[in-house]
Amino acid sequence: MNTRDTGSKILPDIIRPYGDTTGDGMVQVSFTLPIPHDKRAEGAALQLAAKMGLAPALLVHAKAMGSDFTFFIVYGSVSHLVDLREVVVIEREFAMLSAKDVNAAIKKRLRRKLVVVGACIGNDAHTVGIDAILNIKGFAGEKGLEYYSEIRVVNCGAQVQVPELVARARAEKADAVLVSQVVTQKDRHIHNTMTMSAAFREAYPAGKVPLLIVGGPRFEQGSEDALGVDRIFGKGTTPGEVASYLVHAMTQAGTQTGTEAMTNTKEQS
Amino acid sequence: MSTKAKLELDPAVIRTARSLARKAGSPVVKIAKTHTTVSVERAVLRLAGLSGADHEGVPWVNHLVDAVRGEVGLELGVTTPVFDALRRGEAADLLTLAQKSAAGSVSFHLPQGREAHAAQSLALRSVKPGIARIDKNRATRDRLIKRHGDPKQRPWIYLIVATGDIYEDIPQAQTAAREGADIIAVIRSTGQSLLDFVPEGATREGYAGTYATQENFRLMRAALDDVSKELGRYIRLVNYASGLCMPEIAALAGLERLDMMLNDSMYGILFRDINPIRTFVDQRFSRQIHARAGIIINTGEDNYLTTADAVDAAHTVTVSQLMNEYFAKEAGLQDWQLGLGHAFEISPEIPDSFRMELAQALLARQLFPKAPLKWMPPTKHMTGDVFRGYLLDGFFNLAGAMTSQDILLVGMMTEAVVTPFLSDRDLALQNVRYVLNAAGGLAEDFHPPRDGFIQSRARQVLSEAVDLLEKIVNDKGEPGSVPLLQAISDGTFGLMKRPADAGKGLDGVVKCAPGYDNPASTLLEAGTGK
Repeated sequence: MNTRDTGSKILPDIIRPYGDTTGDGMVQVSFTLPIPHDKRAEGAALQLAAKMGLAPALLVHAKAMGSDFTFFIVYGSVSHLVDLREVVVIEREFAMLSAKDVNAAIKKRLRRKLVVVGACIGNDAHTVGIDAILNIKGFAGEKGLEYYSEIRVVNCGAQVQVPELVARARAEKADAVLVSQVVTQKDRHIHNTMTMSAAFREAYPAGKVPLLIVGGPRFEQGSEDALGVDRIFGKGTTPGEVASYLVHAMTQAGTQTGTEAMTNTKEQS
Repeated sequence: MSTKAKLELDPAVIRTARSLARKAGSPVVKIAKTHTTVSVERAVLRLAGLSGADHEGVPWVNHLVDAVRGEVGLELGVTTPVFDALRRGEAADLLTLAQKSAAGSVSFHLPQGREAHAAQSLALRSVKPGIARIDKNRATRDRLIKRHGDPKQRPWIYLIVATGDIYEDIPQAQTAAREGADIIAVIRSTGQSLLDFVPEGATREGYAGTYATQENFRLMRAALDDVSKELGRYIRLVNYASGLCMPEIAALAGLERLDMMLNDSMYGILFRDINPIRTFVDQRFSRQIHARAGIIINTGEDNYLTTADAVDAAHTVTVSQLMNEYFAKEAGLQDWQLGLGHAFEISPEIPDSFRMELAQALLARQLFPKAPLKWMPPTKHMTGDVFRGYLLDGFFNLAGAMTSQDILLVGMMTEAVVTPFLSDRDLALQNVRYVLNAAGGLAEDFHPPRDGFIQSRARQVLSEAVDLLEKIVNDKGEPGSVPLLQAISDGTFGLMKRPADAGKGLDGVVKCAPGYDNPASTLLEAGTGK
């Protein structure tokens, strides 16, 4: 068998799930079928288990849930093999950090609060996205950026015009500007975003533009350059991801133009 | 209640806590009495029978309030100029008037003397049927409870349904009731709290929840009436009177016989950045309606613990419960209507976490012996390990049984993973049933020893709560500032700083002028339905 070396331990390339013995392939699954509980239902569950690659499959529990559904728990040895050489890991370009780590990183690097200005621009009145990221209430069980003690959030709300946003970002000395665009009729989101990024580039000296971040369900991933923004976030993004990205981007800026970043900090404080 | 002397708290400390809560709350009530909001005024029009929306979904109540405000202001209330316009024959009825006002073809005046009086008495007559309908719904509920009966066990079992589609919610809610739920809550669509209008009609598209609309309320209540009859148990319906349209949603709840409403005194301010004055004004009016409608409010103290640490911030829950109690009673709610909230959110990694949960739950039980306390399950420490989560929920259920909680929000092992599967709900209910069946009577045997860990912890939390209330009452900002508002603005609660002159919905707040008239308030303050 081929093997690979990961640090001190030698791992095989081909593995199977582990129940109580190496190579037994044992797994446990539970599922519901939309049929009443009887012998036929149990047969149906075993058929599904077989099609999932469980052989032999052991139906250990079946229970009626109302008259139309049955719940099953199945144990079995799965016939599939896992080839570790074929596992592809898609990494985020940044590491996910806890709120505590985010705060610590900002404190260490900036020695002041990171300022985030957020808005829905143009006619877009859908603040759901920006509020989920910014409001302390947050999204998907994660608190919003307001929760981070080292981030100062300025939420401008909905239907903010671009010049207004630029002015506010300047007044607040924003490190990052978050813009949410939900309405996509006639590609409004693209148009609005490009107008926004152009306005920031015009208003700030080169190299001093705050991080421009845009979020919405319909942006094409990877089109940052075309839109003139630093990062696009799509559907399901959590506040923690945005906060982690902010720290990552800040750190990168630091390593690339370290002295400049430091001078900036001094001028602002 | 058999919990009487379980904690041996000092009655003098409890009295101090309540009197501090009153001291903190009463200046805010004064502000609430001297202001109105666009949503309060829209709620009054809804009680007068105005409903529906234009082809773009903008409700007629919004059109009419905006038109009146634009022309003569809301300082005297919306009804006086509106019913004056009807008296002058500007339109045959409210709906036509609203439609004409949307087109800008009505002129509103502020009538004087006898004319004003006549407009006000017409307004009062017009709002009366709305209040009468609320009274009738309350009587119907009482009758149905008598006929079908209340749940046999305490705590009542509270389950959440939320598909976004009211026609999907209905069979799910009925199934949940058949599986043992006593109370069904339909979670609202994300972001509805920040809409400054109430959507119309039956809705089939929501995000992580279903819109609160009058028609959705009606459909769900009717479906639960059917299943109540089938099961021989009155199934209660819950929705959310919160956000920018709190008063209107409270009115709709009364009109459609909802049974419980989430209605917290500070949640919107702290977690949704809604303007504090707007919130307190809206809240007082909505609680007056709830009082009249016989609705049980549920408060949201669980939220404090999701942002702050459940051990260090335990006393903020107690403070919020005391404030909620003060504001609720001031608005006319009675003890049996105060579903004060608390939650099982102490980190399971901490030694003695369960003992501390018991202390906190008993403290709430003993401070509010007659209130139907709402006990909420772990969320913050649910990791996605569903097996461990199932055990945590079991301990949560056990704490609820041992401390005689009244409303038990059923915890899902898939919290923070997915919208609960049908099987998750079934397993969760099995968990509840097992614990209540095995240990439901344990409250009788459970007496924490004198000055033991639990008694001491409860006393400590109570004394920290008193300290915090004292700090709030003495929080003096500029001269004339209101201490509670100052404290909210300083970030005393839930770590959030919310100044009184900022936040969403601020532009919808209006200071009442002498002669302000609100016929709904007049009727609500004249006496309860019973």
